[in-house]
Amino acid sequence: MLWTIRCLPVVCSYSSLLGCCQRSSRLLVARRPWSSSPVSSPPMHTRLLLFLTQRFYDVEMLLRWKSRMKRRGLQKKNAFVGQSEWFRVDRKGKFKWDFLSYKDTPLEEADMSYTIINYIGLSNLEGQKSLRTLSLRGCSEVDDWFLARLHVFQDSLKDLDISHCPRITTGGLAALRNLKGLRRLDVSALPGISTPGLVIILLEEMLPHCEVIASGYDHSLEPEGVDEERSQG
Amino acid sequence: MSTWRSLCANVRTLRVLLTFRRVAPDPRRPCGLVASRRSLSTGTPLRNDFFKDLEAKLAATRKKARDALPGSAWSPLHINPNLPPERTDIVIVGGGVVGWAVAYWLKKKEGIRGGLKVVVVEKDTTYSRASTVLSAGGIRQQFSLLENISLSMASADFLRNINEHLGVLNEDPVDVQFNQAGYLLLASDKAAHIMEDNYHTQRAAGAQVSLLSPTQLKETFPWMNTEDVALASYGVENEGWFDPWTLLNALRRKAISMGVVQCCGEVTGFKYSSNEVMTEDGQRLELRRIKSVQVQMPNSLEFQPVECAVAVNAAGAFSAKLAHMLGAGLGPEDTLAGIPIPVEPRKRFIYVFHCPDGPGLDTPFLVDQSGVYFRREGFGGNYIAGRSPDQGEEPDVANLDVDHQFFQDKIWPELAHRVPAFEKLKVTSAWAGYYDYNTLDQNGIVGTHPLVSNMYFATGFSGHGLQHSPAVGRAVAELILDGGFSTVDLSRLGFRRIADREPVLERNIV
Repeated sequence: MLWTIRCLPVVCSYSSLLGCCQRSSRLLVARRPWSSSPVSSPPMHTRLLLFLTQRFYDVEMLLRWKSRMKRRGLQKKNAFVGQSEWFRVDRKGKFKWDFLSYKDTPLEEADMSYTIINYIGLSNLEGQKSLRTLSLRGCSEVDDWFLARLHVFQDSLKDLDISHCPRITTGGLAALRNLKGLRRLDVSALPGISTPGLVIILLEEMLPHCEVIASGYDHSLEPEGVDEERSQG
Repeated sequence: MSTWRSLCANVRTLRVLLTFRRVAPDPRRPCGLVASRRSLSTGTPLRNDFFKDLEAKLAATRKKARDALPGSAWSPLHINPNLPPERTDIVIVGGGVVGWAVAYWLKKKEGIRGGLKVVVVEKDTTYSRASTVLSAGGIRQQFSLLENISLSMASADFLRNINEHLGVLNEDPVDVQFNQAGYLLLASDKAAHIMEDNYHTQRAAGAQVSLLSPTQLKETFPWMNTEDVALASYGVENEGWFDPWTLLNALRRKAISMGVVQCCGEVTGFKYSSNEVMTEDGQRLELRRIKSVQVQMPNSLEFQPVECAVAVNAAGAFSAKLAHMLGAGLGPEDTLAGIPIPVEPRKRFIYVFHCPDGPGLDTPFLVDQSGVYFRREGFGGNYIAGRSPDQGEEPDVANLDVDHQFFQDKIWPELAHRVPAFEKLKVTSAWAGYYDYNTLDQNGIVGTHPLVSNMYFATGFSGHGLQHSPAVGRAVAELILDGGFSTVDLSRLGFRRIADREPVLERNIV
């Protein structure tokens, strides 16, 4: 593969040829040092990839293709609307075909925990008008828009578990107001909520007949910044 | 290569020759005089000065020689680095959310890398008077015009997949802080039938809206006073509000990473070529074609004429001024040239208030039948409210000063009537912003001008610009690059209705 060099054709002295490769001025506006985010510096291979991305068009294109393929794979896995089969895996990892005899039975409980279901994937469940329990524990692709789409189950849904979903924020929890029949809601350990105590109180006010379970939050009164300073210092 | 090497050798020898090294005094010198360099006289010794000066002067000479030789960034002609390029394909005038959305979609559709050169010209990069950042940030599908509904739905789709569209490699994901709380529009007895018709149009277009009777309304929102409400329309999905600044910056960042050039400057004129034609009824028309856009640098008389093929007018509240420079509206009264762009700035106020016992997390963006609207802001009991003033009472648009009396007289009584808890509130802050108000029918103008064939308009949205911006950006990009609309058909929002003076009105429930 031809490595195209992203150097501008400026006449430089021999010794400074490598240093002369100017970064594309377009990315200057977007560049920020890693130290601004609270996570630690990324691992070596990520940093090497980033270094190469800034200098070679090919690497940038490869990385962009990779993220696009990942997204497309996700969408393909979620978009099996129209299939009449619903796969379930047993202990040996094999599919059982018993459920084909239950084709017209309404679905009451669905356990989608730790799957990659997202907004598009919810169209598969939309037809189930009598869905009572839905567990979305630990689903990494469930976000606020997914919660807003849950309004299709507003009459039937009684038990919803959205704990450990990293993409849910407080704005999405406001969408749960439509689920009038909800009796049990589990919002434990949601990393996207910044003020858990306040949000849980607001949720309880919004859904008066619902039992809100929210464990896994640190409700201590010490400010977070002090802890970080202490750990860094 | 050999001449290059010899040149480098010359530079090296030149450097050695020009280097003046002072030899440090030998500490082992058996000299009776003191080894330190401090002189015994009180006046400044001339000899010391001479050597110090010499060193500085030789350093300066070395620097000048290095700059003059090839390989340095210095040039005797001072070129302002902030000038836009001399030649480009498309100039977008206006760096608000509509302008950057058009820039992004143009680059997305260009086909090959570097296939299209786009320049976005924005006169105020602090965005202090821009409508985008002063907006309340709401998005709804509850319109009566099919085009508006489709635009909102397409924009909501865009926001849902915003990281797919605007994600830049190795940068943080975009989070517009979308609150999925929905819009609630209230109607009195007289307007209930309009609301029902609108509901059917919206459902047919695919919007997730539901109608609520007063009893259902009271059940869902017990904090509301529903005595004079006949019908309410509630958006269940894809409606809410978000942060406009984040969207603007995300669009800008992605567009710049794709190669759009941002220029801070003001467009002060155009150079165009004219062509006179005679219509069938004997009317003389002067068809103009933009050749270049004159961009003036901020706080300076320096300007750069940017040659372009297409210009896009996304200047928002100031679009009419721009179109004026092309002579739109300056012709005789009943001719096509005499019809001005009917967009003018209108000032609207937004007030932030705090109410400790107000409605909670599920507060929708409520639009009362009197025209007053409010929504929740944050989770600490803060809300923002506003209202469009009546016909004859438009505030002065020369500045963005806030009229606090307007809140006391026109907004607070309605708020307190609708939500009894709002009888006790405290206004903490307020701001004003411009609507790019379309005086004809308060709907956007998207398309070309009949007399200026290469100027595209994307303005006049009268308060809906932000919520329609991603979809409008795509529509304008399709119009420019493909010649017609493919995703959302906005031909009814073109310039034809302005020329024919036939408004395409929203059936609002006022």
